[in-house]
Amino acid sequence: MIKITIDNITAEVPEGTTILQAARQIGGDIVPPTMCYYSKLKGTGGKCRTCLVKVVKGSEADPRPMPKLVASCSTLAQDGMVVENTLSQEVMDARKAIVEFLLINHPLDCPVCDQAGECDLQNLSYKHGVEGTRYEEDRREFDVIDIGDKIKLHMNRCILCYRCVYTMNQLTDNRNHGVLFRGDAAEIGTYIKNTIEQEFSGNIIDVCPVGALTDRTFRFKSRVWFLKPMDAHRDCPHCAGKVTVWEFGNQIYRVTGRKNEFGEVDDFICNECRFEKKDIHDWVIEGPRKITPRSVISQNHYRNTKKQSIILPLDEKTEPQQQ
Amino acid sequence: MGRKILLEHIDVPGINTFDVYRAHGGYKAAEKALKEMSAAQVVEEVKSAGLRGRGGAGFPTGMKWSFLDKKSANPTYLVCNADESEPGTFKDRYLMEHIPHMLIEGVIISSYAIGCNTAYIYVRGEFKYIIGILNKAIREAHANGFLGNNIQGSGFNLEIHVHSGAGAYICGEETALLESLEGKRGNPRLKPPFPAVKGLYESPTVVNNVETLATVVGIINIGAATYAGIGVGKSSGTKLISACGNINKPGVYEIELGIPVEEFIYSDVYCGGIKDGKKLKAVIPGGSSVPILPQNLVCKTANGDVRLMSYESLADGGFQTGSMLGSGGFIVLDEDACVVRHTYTLARFYRHESCGQCSPCREGTGWMEKVLYRIENGEGRMHDIDLLVNISKNIEGNTICPLGDAAAWPVAAAIRHFRHEFEFHVKHPEIVKNIDHGSLEKFNI
Repeated sequence: MIKITIDNITAEVPEGTTILQAARQIGGDIVPPTMCYYSKLKGTGGKCRTCLVKVVKGSEADPRPMPKLVASCSTLAQDGMVVENTLSQEVMDARKAIVEFLLINHPLDCPVCDQAGECDLQNLSYKHGVEGTRYEEDRREFDVIDIGDKIKLHMNRCILCYRCVYTMNQLTDNRNHGVLFRGDAAEIGTYIKNTIEQEFSGNIIDVCPVGALTDRTFRFKSRVWFLKPMDAHRDCPHCAGKVTVWEFGNQIYRVTGRKNEFGEVDDFICNECRFEKKDIHDWVIEGPRKITPRSVISQNHYRNTKKQSIILPLDEKTEPQQQ
Repeated sequence: MGRKILLEHIDVPGINTFDVYRAHGGYKAAEKALKEMSAAQVVEEVKSAGLRGRGGAGFPTGMKWSFLDKKSANPTYLVCNADESEPGTFKDRYLMEHIPHMLIEGVIISSYAIGCNTAYIYVRGEFKYIIGILNKAIREAHANGFLGNNIQGSGFNLEIHVHSGAGAYICGEETALLESLEGKRGNPRLKPPFPAVKGLYESPTVVNNVETLATVVGIINIGAATYAGIGVGKSSGTKLISACGNINKPGVYEIELGIPVEEFIYSDVYCGGIKDGKKLKAVIPGGSSVPILPQNLVCKTANGDVRLMSYESLADGGFQTGSMLGSGGFIVLDEDACVVRHTYTLARFYRHESCGQCSPCREGTGWMEKVLYRIENGEGRMHDIDLLVNISKNIEGNTICPLGDAAAWPVAAAIRHFRHEFEFHVKHPEIVKNIDHGSLEKFNI
């Protein structure tokens, strides 16, 4: 076991743990945000640079600070390492810059985006971004295409995290999509009208941090915050069958994997569970999915907080406007 | 004229063939190393010669070799980085084109030193004809017993494979080069692990520049002590400088490290002064990615010392008043050159060559290019200049590989030293729009 200090909180973690994993073990506000790293997929991380942190002390043996900010998702923790995340102004400035870079070519079409409400980029820019933009040039534009009859690709929204590439590499046998071209012309593509229909391919919708890959069976059906996420399971021959179903009344609008507090699914689910089992009788409902009260999805569904058990009338909640 | 080690016999007719090269002392160093020296002795020799990587970073070569993971169960590989794509740098091409056997010999000695039996030469895709030259040299070396099994009876085996890139600047970055060599998309890897631990095919790998490997031949020939005696301080030996721009005699020159920059520009042995008797405006001393030096900082450092052609002296003053020796692509701009247009050209290059893997570089290079395009074409505003400084600051140091830095430095330095020119572009759009930058005829091409 080695000791690592992140934002003045010390934790003991096994050797070979990354800084990010150590921070997640501590939890709370000190966890660096991630857009490309996905702990269930091998080899992801290091690309989006949102998880940059400052290492002020390398280790007990070599206490020199690291010269540059490092990607916490791919840097291993050392014994005696001291890391600054939210405490360091340099890190905060860098993160602000990264958010700006990610957004300059993002269409910001959140009002019509299916991912709105559960979008990592939305959360990231809400927390770390600035209002307004300094970008006056034309944004990159691509056509919206269907990659298979279940998945839609909005390349405009993509931030090139490569998660879907790793997912297809590691969950399926024959990946037939990837990153084409380079630089700011790089795009996710299937190269000449291939379709993504492999078993388990639906998981690329879950891993996508933005609304670039969306579920065509759920497209424009409802906003996610109007739906009630419920944990459910079924006896599935292909996967573990543990899913979250998103209900409205007694109707299932969509099925996703069970996402944890870091936006990562616990189990990857098969395409049959995801796209074809939309009947309430297909599932054994376990109960409501725990959603962090900060999320817009938790609004109007649960009142777990002890502070307030009665929902106040609207006019009492809003601040008086006359003053 | 300084001592020449690499280009000593460059003018001999037919030096690109085995026989002529051999007759002029070629493969002596390989024989000496394989027969008389142990591998450790060769490494020690290179270390004490103080050879620093000639690809740009200037990392001590002997040290790089000694970082190799010796406990690994996998074989060791030597990869020669011949993906020379930096604008302004063309020394490796010159070396491989005219005296390919020197590179082959360097690869033999270096492979022997690090205990590798398979070496790769990764040649830039645009250098298609170089591949033919190298393959011919390899065939000749094979026929004369300098490659293959049991080289010259020493018991050492080596095969060299030449691999062609596909036209990506980013593949000059060592880990992107290894990815490309493995047949994948040329995206730089995350470091650590460094190539010395996990490089090509997950095996310990050394990646060296063409000139570095060729220099090893000279070090074995003349001895480490003599080699270390050339040059100044930690910049020992000779270095190829590819000079271009508004000078009378563009070309590749071998210099002893430590000669004054002024001598290099104005001496008839080297650049021969500025073309058409014009005045010097700025110099980019180490290839397009290093900061530009304005005229008052070219020949003298900020402290008033004479600026020398060496790693330390060119870097004197940090990025505020200094630059880098880099890969030795010496670009000279005369008084008529437009720094804004020059910076825009470089920004366009880096935008095109960014691999698009990490966000600051992918988005930032494109953004900078677009803003510079507006300024260059008379559509800029004053706050765009500060915006550029800020974008370059945000890219720098936050990327996976040094391409982000390489894209950010020239823009930041150009604004640092030539802010008045950017402001002129903003203030006088009608003049800027009507400038005729001329066709290629102006450059006598």
